[in-house]
Amino acid sequence: MFELGQTEWQAIWLTVRLCFFTTVILLIIATPLAWWLSSGRSRWRVAVQAIVALPLVLPPTVLGFYLLMALGPRGFIGGSLESVGLTHLAFSFEGILMASVLYSMPFAVQPLLESFNSLGRRPIEVSASLGANAIDRFFSVILPLCKGGFIVAATLSFAHTVGEFGVILMLGGSIPGETKVLSVLIYDYTESMNYEAAHQLSFLLLAFSFFVLFVVYSINRHFQVTKI
Amino acid sequence: MSSALLQISANMQRGDFTLDVHASWPLTGVTALFGRSGCGKTTLLRIIAGLEKLSDAQVTFAGATWQNNRQFVPVEKRRVGLVFQEASLLPHLSVTGNLLYGYQRTPDALRRLQPDAVIRMLGLETLLERRVDQLSGGQAQRVALGRALLSSPQLLLLDEPLAALDTQTKRDIMPFLSRLASESAVPIVLITHSPEEVQRLADRVVFMRDGAIDEICDLQQAMARPDSPLFADEGPATVLNGVLSDTDEQGVRSFGVEHAWLFVHTSSSEVGQQPSPMTNTRLRVLARDVSVALDDPERISIRNHLQVVIQQIHELPDNRLLLTTRLADGQHLLIEITRWSSRQLGLQTGQTVWALIKSVALVR
Repeated sequence: MFELGQTEWQAIWLTVRLCFFTTVILLIIATPLAWWLSSGRSRWRVAVQAIVALPLVLPPTVLGFYLLMALGPRGFIGGSLESVGLTHLAFSFEGILMASVLYSMPFAVQPLLESFNSLGRRPIEVSASLGANAIDRFFSVILPLCKGGFIVAATLSFAHTVGEFGVILMLGGSIPGETKVLSVLIYDYTESMNYEAAHQLSFLLLAFSFFVLFVVYSINRHFQVTKI
Repeated sequence: MSSALLQISANMQRGDFTLDVHASWPLTGVTALFGRSGCGKTTLLRIIAGLEKLSDAQVTFAGATWQNNRQFVPVEKRRVGLVFQEASLLPHLSVTGNLLYGYQRTPDALRRLQPDAVIRMLGLETLLERRVDQLSGGQAQRVALGRALLSSPQLLLLDEPLAALDTQTKRDIMPFLSRLASESAVPIVLITHSPEEVQRLADRVVFMRDGAIDEICDLQQAMARPDSPLFADEGPATVLNGVLSDTDEQGVRSFGVEHAWLFVHTSSSEVGQQPSPMTNTRLRVLARDVSVALDDPERISIRNHLQVVIQQIHELPDNRLLLTTRLADGQHLLIEITRWSSRQLGLQTGQTVWALIKSVALVR
């Protein structure tokens, strides 16, 4: 049944690349952000938390529209890039990467925030008093004790980016090898009534998503973040 | 060593709690921060440790600035050992992993305590390979003490380390804490609301109330006042310092400095495996366990008779009197008797009498 042609492989490879870079960037951004949110002193905390959660409730078209405005040749970001001799980011891989990072942000921040909250400050205070600096504390205490949170955050970010469609269509269009990811390709196939091809890819995504969620939920059960 | 002081001044308003502290004390022995829950002891300790970054605080450790308006030395640079109420061991590491966590992060040149010595001092030999969730509360707390010590701290901060333990475990750990206090040569700040812990461990007491420091004095002074807050639990008591000799054939050890010998029955568990004779030991005598005689009684089961001079007679509630007396070596001894017996014996200040001590406890 599965006969994947060059178009399909190109889309799969593009999707994997997009998801991989999104996940890496998200872990780098979301870790300090979630840590800051969990320390809970600043009065900006609630506002930031709301902003991070926005993609959960906004229609993807809204996010896609504003990103198109901002990243396009006349937008604030796109325009600035043009003025220094670079190209704007609309309809480009970098553009949809940036969109994916914003769009999947809550899925990285939330699990990390939860596991940082249940970790508490004590282990960090202990390790600091024993002479560990911030980086040392991260690798010797936070990472091993919040392992479950990091795995869930990474898996969900990856999986959620696979499922992205609206934002990419708004911002990236459907350029093969650049912005035509799996979800967009399925849309194209359906539009052109190529149900056979659409079904193949849809089933692939369905199976993948089930597998990912299955893994996440079993990790969530086994890897309860230890509290001391 | 008069220059080695811990100096703190801090001002903070959080909700309806105000902390306003300006104090300093010598960096020797054990300093107890004593006061009710909520009086700001823990906040003060966290400021000293560098865990609380107040805008209005100064901390100076032996002349080195740890915090002032311009600079803030982070916790990991202060080299303070922290032990909390809960052992707070790192659950992903074994006992050994926990013990060595700070040791491995201490530069060779600064390491003053070695794992073997600390493991022996705290009796951790049999626990080393265990996972931390297989330890009892008391064992975990001993590991936490060892872990803090092995980072060779310049200052050990203990935040009610015994409060979460049951009475028996407390009794088991106390000798280890005493040894740590007398053997480790690290200045200790101990938070406690237990008068007994203060009497057993402290050399100096910082009395705190409502976010401020009432008084800082050494233990002898703190226990000289008849109304001392340290007498809240068990009534007035005296702590005597002296040298404890070897055990004789009957299991009795003599204690004291010249002219003031006491005889102490000790069980081996009480002193741990301390070498003997022990210098700098501490006996606690409850005032109500002491009686007064005008002559030295010979045919009596009480073995400890000391000649004392009555210095002060203080009225207590319920027709009781508290006598402050002086031993031959200058230390004080408090005696609690009834007004009736005082009248019978015609006791007055300046009089020389015999103090008959029914029981003493070796506390350190």
